[in-house]
Amino acid sequence: MSASSLGYNEQGGEATELGQEAAPTTAPSAPAAFGLFSSDTKKSEDLKEMLESSKDSAKLDAMKRIVGMIAKGKNASELFPAVVKNVASKNIEIKKLVYVYLMRYAEEQQDVALLSISTFQRALKDPNQLIRASALRVLSSIRVPIIVPIMMLAIKEASADLSPYVRKNAAHAIQKLYSLDPEQKEMLIEVIEKLLKDKSTLVAGSVVMAFEEVCPDRIDLIHKNYRKLCNLLVDVEEWGQVVIIHMLTRYARTQFVSPWKEGDVLEEFNEKDFYETDEEQKEKDQKVKKPYAMDPDHRLLIRNTKPLLQSRNAAVVMAVAQLYWHLAPKSEAGIVSKSLVRLLRSNREVQYIVLQNIATMSIQRKGMFEPYLKSFYVRSTDPTMIKTSKLEILTNLANEANISTLLREFQTYVKSQDKQFAAATIQAIGRCATNISEVTDTCLNGLVCLLSNRDEIVVAESVVVIKKLLQTQPAHHSEIIKHMGKLLDTITVPVARASILWLIGEYCERVPKIAPDVLRKMAQSFTSEDDLVKLQILNLGAKLYLTNSKQTKLLTQYILNLGKYDQSYDIRDRTRFIRQLIVPNEKSGALSKYAKKIFLAQKPAPLLESPFKDRDRFQLGTLSHTLNTKATGYLELSNWPEEAPDPSVRNVEVIELGKEQLVTLGKVKKEKSTEKFYSESEEEESASTTDTESESTSESEKEKNGKEESSSMENTESSSSEELSESESDSKESTAKKRFKTIEESDSDNMEKKKKVISKKNKSFDSSDAESSSTEETSSDSKSESDSESDTESKKPKIAAATKRKEMAVQEKKAPTKQEVSLLDLDDFNPVSTPVAVPTPAILSPSLVADLEGLSVSKSSVIDVSTPVFVPMKTHELLHRMSGKGLAAHYHFSRQPCIYGDQMVSVQVTLTNTTDQKLENIHIGEKKLPTGMKMHVFNPIEFLEPEESITVSMGIDFCDSTQTASFQLCTKEDHFSVNIQPPVGELLLPVTMAEKDFKTEQGMLTGMNETSATITVAPQNSTRLVILEKVVKAANLGLVPSGQDNIHRFAAKTVHSGSLMLVTVELKEGSTAQLIINTEKTVIGSILLRELKPVLSQG
Amino acid sequence: MIHSLFLVNCSGDIFLEKHWKRVVSQSVCDYFFEAQEKAADVENVPPVISTPHHYLISIYREKIFFVSVIQTEVPPLFVIEFLHRVADTFQDYFGECSETAIKDNVVIVYELLEEMLDNGFPLATESNILKELIKPPTILRSVVNSITGSSNMGDTLPTGQLSNIPWRRAGVKYTNNEAYFDVIEEIDAIIDKSGSTVFAEIQGVIDSCIKLSGMPDLSLSFMNPRLLDDVSFHPCIRFKRWESERVLSFIPPDGNFRLISYRVSSQNLVAIPVYVKHTISFKENNTSGRFDVTIGPKQNMGKTVEAVIVTVHMPKAVLNMNLTSTQGSYTFDPVIKVLTWDVGKITPQKLPNLKGTVNLQSGASKPEENPSLNIQFKIQQLAISGLKVNRLDMYGEKYKPFKGVKYITKAGKFQVRT
Repeated sequence: MSASSLGYNEQGGEATELGQEAAPTTAPSAPAAFGLFSSDTKKSEDLKEMLESSKDSAKLDAMKRIVGMIAKGKNASELFPAVVKNVASKNIEIKKLVYVYLMRYAEEQQDVALLSISTFQRALKDPNQLIRASALRVLSSIRVPIIVPIMMLAIKEASADLSPYVRKNAAHAIQKLYSLDPEQKEMLIEVIEKLLKDKSTLVAGSVVMAFEEVCPDRIDLIHKNYRKLCNLLVDVEEWGQVVIIHMLTRYARTQFVSPWKEGDVLEEFNEKDFYETDEEQKEKDQKVKKPYAMDPDHRLLIRNTKPLLQSRNAAVVMAVAQLYWHLAPKSEAGIVSKSLVRLLRSNREVQYIVLQNIATMSIQRKGMFEPYLKSFYVRSTDPTMIKTSKLEILTNLANEANISTLLREFQTYVKSQDKQFAAATIQAIGRCATNISEVTDTCLNGLVCLLSNRDEIVVAESVVVIKKLLQTQPAHHSEIIKHMGKLLDTITVPVARASILWLIGEYCERVPKIAPDVLRKMAQSFTSEDDLVKLQILNLGAKLYLTNSKQTKLLTQYILNLGKYDQSYDIRDRTRFIRQLIVPNEKSGALSKYAKKIFLAQKPAPLLESPFKDRDRFQLGTLSHTLNTKATGYLELSNWPEEAPDPSVRNVEVIELGKEQLVTLGKVKKEKSTEKFYSESEEEESASTTDTESESTSESEKEKNGKEESSSMENTESSSSEELSESESDSKESTAKKRFKTIEESDSDNMEKKKKVISKKNKSFDSSDAESSSTEETSSDSKSESDSESDTESKKPKIAAATKRKEMAVQEKKAPTKQEVSLLDLDDFNPVSTPVAVPTPAILSPSLVADLEGLSVSKSSVIDVSTPVFVPMKTHELLHRMSGKGLAAHYHFSRQPCIYGDQMVSVQVTLTNTTDQKLENIHIGEKKLPTGMKMHVFNPIEFLEPEESITVSMGIDFCDSTQTASFQLCTKEDHFSVNIQPPVGELLLPVTMAEKDFKTEQGMLTGMNETSATITVAPQNSTRLVILEKVVKAANLGLVPSGQDNIHRFAAKTVHSGSLMLVTVELKEGSTAQLIINTEKTVIGSILLRELKPVLSQG
Repeated sequence: MIHSLFLVNCSGDIFLEKHWKRVVSQSVCDYFFEAQEKAADVENVPPVISTPHHYLISIYREKIFFVSVIQTEVPPLFVIEFLHRVADTFQDYFGECSETAIKDNVVIVYELLEEMLDNGFPLATESNILKELIKPPTILRSVVNSITGSSNMGDTLPTGQLSNIPWRRAGVKYTNNEAYFDVIEEIDAIIDKSGSTVFAEIQGVIDSCIKLSGMPDLSLSFMNPRLLDDVSFHPCIRFKRWESERVLSFIPPDGNFRLISYRVSSQNLVAIPVYVKHTISFKENNTSGRFDVTIGPKQNMGKTVEAVIVTVHMPKAVLNMNLTSTQGSYTFDPVIKVLTWDVGKITPQKLPNLKGTVNLQSGASKPEENPSLNIQFKIQQLAISGLKVNRLDMYGEKYKPFKGVKYITKAGKFQVRT
């Protein structure tokens, strides 16, 4: 009591500081309460008074003091009624503090707490989402069982709220209600199911958390949301990422078959018992001989988590690492090691956990961390727990190649002032010695040297380790045993003494002279020894009695007598047992005949094992793994299923298309008039009310269909219709990002198109035809898999796929080499530097090909360069074949970001040899470029066969001007002056942005920066579709969604300077239109205006 | 997930507690105190402790233990990372994360903790969002509040919470638009007795201070981005752009933040900027020893090595040290046996030297190992890896910002074994 009132005064002092401004004016009696000897009751009277005052400042002051008390862990519950009255306060800070108070005490004073409920119910309907959310938070946190039905109702309502923030809070409330009343489980699962369908990144993490807490076994709820979760993952906040990744790891282990090939299992060190299903898997595989092909969904998860390794949050990195460890093919798991090693620079706590996990990993797969061996070297300033973990890893990584370096390093550690660590090092040396036979002798010698160390702990530890080592090969080491016998005089650590005695006893026949002498000495000191040593003395006596009874009979009996009257019953028991066994008398039965066999049986050498050996029972990164015991609520990671459950459960079911969408898209439908066009595109669940993000899917589906119809002209149509649907179904939030992603998804398609063009140009029809079809297939495959909620594929493409599969197999090898030309910018620039070789599977499944090329990740942005909406096929002549003496050259603009430099426009030049002779050494000669202009030339072409053509790409930095780039195109004999003048529309790179951003940007580019013109639009040009098509054909512009039907917006940035170029086409009445261009680059702006005018006005 | 949080100071007092679920009694901390007692040193308190009904996960920051109470399985790093984020937030709000700062601002601390976790699951951890919800304390604001009666709490949901760039608050306005980048590189090294490098690597960070109005979209490019081997990003960075072009493209948070941290690829040899000559010896059966350390610059690319401090943890047997230094001052703390030599700047003409005798406890045996030297130093205007920022471009806003890049090389965990 006195202690608490003392603390109280201290608290009072602080409160004075807090309340200084308010106290003197509003509560004149307050200062008295801060007196040194004020009592609790008086103080709370004051607070009550303040709470009941009419001034907000006094109330606030009182609340602050009360919160201070709560923070200190002091009881403030008697103020409950006075505080609750203020729950409806207008002042948001008072209100929040009252909430804090309620959450703390409502459980204790349920009746009074009920008074506040109606306030929350009202607040739940508040137009301000923050107030709705916090009301739900408090309501669900006050833990009053009577209000369970009210909570349930509130959660249900909030889960359908328009604000994702409120829905997020609803997901949290689910867990709270569940812990308050588990009987609500069924109802809550319904809410979880509903919220799992939510497409907001804000909600995803929280609802998965609720799922993990309430119904982790209802894996079936995840099926339909699996792909969506995988795709959203990058954009979810970091804490949600951790939870989702852990959940998906568990999910994947139940749904996919093992990607670990049988070969791996045999290679890996002692893995069989842990992954025993692999064995079964193997047998099965041998029977069926079915090559393993990874489920595309499995691949999707692995691919989408990869960028998260770069997260700044250690928990996310660890979560991804464990996912790769548990799910990825072994050849791919190596990429996580670099990131894990990076975490070692972090705080001590993070290091500790990460090292533990690395220790477990390094036992099974040494190769993963071998390149980082030196990162685990110990510094003398590391805390002991870090040192021992590092040592553990070093020991695990030891092999023939690095053992000599390691042993040298260990030598430093042995001398460490931290004796606990030095002892651990000796253990480690012992383990290295047993594991690597080459160094056993070296280690043993080193350890023997340590026996003369001055520090007792080091010596003792060495003795123990030497004992274990000698047991493995006792034959040659009688010298060491003798040496150790001498040590008994000096060494005092019981474990070491016991070890020496055991050794001498065990190998007493090898040291026949010393052993009895040792026994003699021990008999002298028996009474003062530790229990552990006494037991070994008894053992030694017994063994010597059996082998050398002449010399030691009396000694042994003496010792047995001492043992008989020992204080410890353990020793008395042992004495009795040994006496009966070795000393033959009338009572002892047949057993004593075998005494020698019993005592001197061949004993198996102890296995020196890592203490982390058995930790792999637990999922990495979990609390259970760290503690090495099963923590409450630990969810087992199941073994891989032998046969994959039906993968189609993850397909999102086809629901009849909503009418709304049919109406808006009707026009397109007529034009395209494809029957299955819409049957495929999926509609989002009717249950989820707000989001309309299904465009991404429907769009890509359309794209696919466009492809199936497959002439390049139709491709252009399909891509423009894609824009249409996209801009029409526009959602409120997160549009920019979503759309960006979508376009990126179609990225690969654009590449495909381009590739097709190239291959056609090549005129090598025989192979290119089949190839382009195969790549098409590939792309459609990748599509269906990268779709956030892809639907069941229609039967038609499936059959097509099946028939084409054979062709594909033939063409596959060609495909990757082909890709190098056009896909360079998609390549992973960051080759994994771990030495783990990625084996190329014998047969590349089509989906895998798609995966490899699609290892790109979406990112969030508001304004960013996107892929071109349309790539014109129009080529310009560079060199006519007549003037080029048979060499013809054409160029076109590929509208891709240039790979040679950010500020360059990429130009594809197709060279054709129309002569009947080889043209040799085609290259670019002298360049005549205006100042500032730069050019990246193509590599010289050695020769070009007659009738052959080749496409090369070059980059030209036009400095955002339409000036001509002149240069010489040379062959071995001739050189021709040619020039390229870019159309202004090609000096742009399309960008995506939200309409809102467009408007703000436009607002800033007025006055001088705005050019506009009124044009007469040809009647056939006035539909949206046509305008879009015409504009993007003329200039490389990106589409900006527009809220109004009559306004069309486009955006791009100039290639060189990156200035924005905003184009607006506003249709007016009477077939006129206003064309407005806003840009800093007024010259280009006006040229573009001039070029766009005829495009729109002509028919 | 996180049930409760206790803040414990070094003398073992619980000075703040916060519960997100049912109240857990303070007595749960007894298990923690037990573990603390067992560990000789604060550094050795295990971060994860298992008790009969709960699990305790703790971190140690600025002389405070943040002890969280967990009831069910949770990734320990999740909790650790979160606790560090809490400490960072306090640092950000109060300028320091100390016991007094927390006690003085207990109400704000409570409000922050309330916003950061809901039912034990993180709700808002971005400092930009928190600052909109709860305004950091300033003297001016408290005066204004007491006059006008307005509060420190935001009453609308911060826009960042809903947008796809939660790290940036809306409506940022500055009269001077500035963007500063500090490229800070640290050399981690272990040098052995003979002066050869056992292990060395460069770890770097780019800390930014961005004070730009509106919604600037920045892109930062390097002259030699391939130097960066392993990078971790602030969430604002567009990963794909980095993957394809090696350009850091981002809409920055407002204020100070760490843009990236990176490791320089291990193929590049690390230039070690200092060398140390040392003779430390203890004589057998004698109560004295010799200590002689000289430090000099090496491969420092024409830059001066400054702020050099040498710290040595001497063996337990050392009683006192009798030294003279040619430059700087030294102190020896006989209780914790730590010798600190504050050298200052190294001038190649006159190499700093510290030498003298070591007094050992009589009767104690000769120390087995020579102590290792921990060296700190700083080199201004140099990134030791050679990393160079090429340019910074800004899109999306019209004004011309002031841009600045600063390079510093420091010693990280730099240890010389003797």
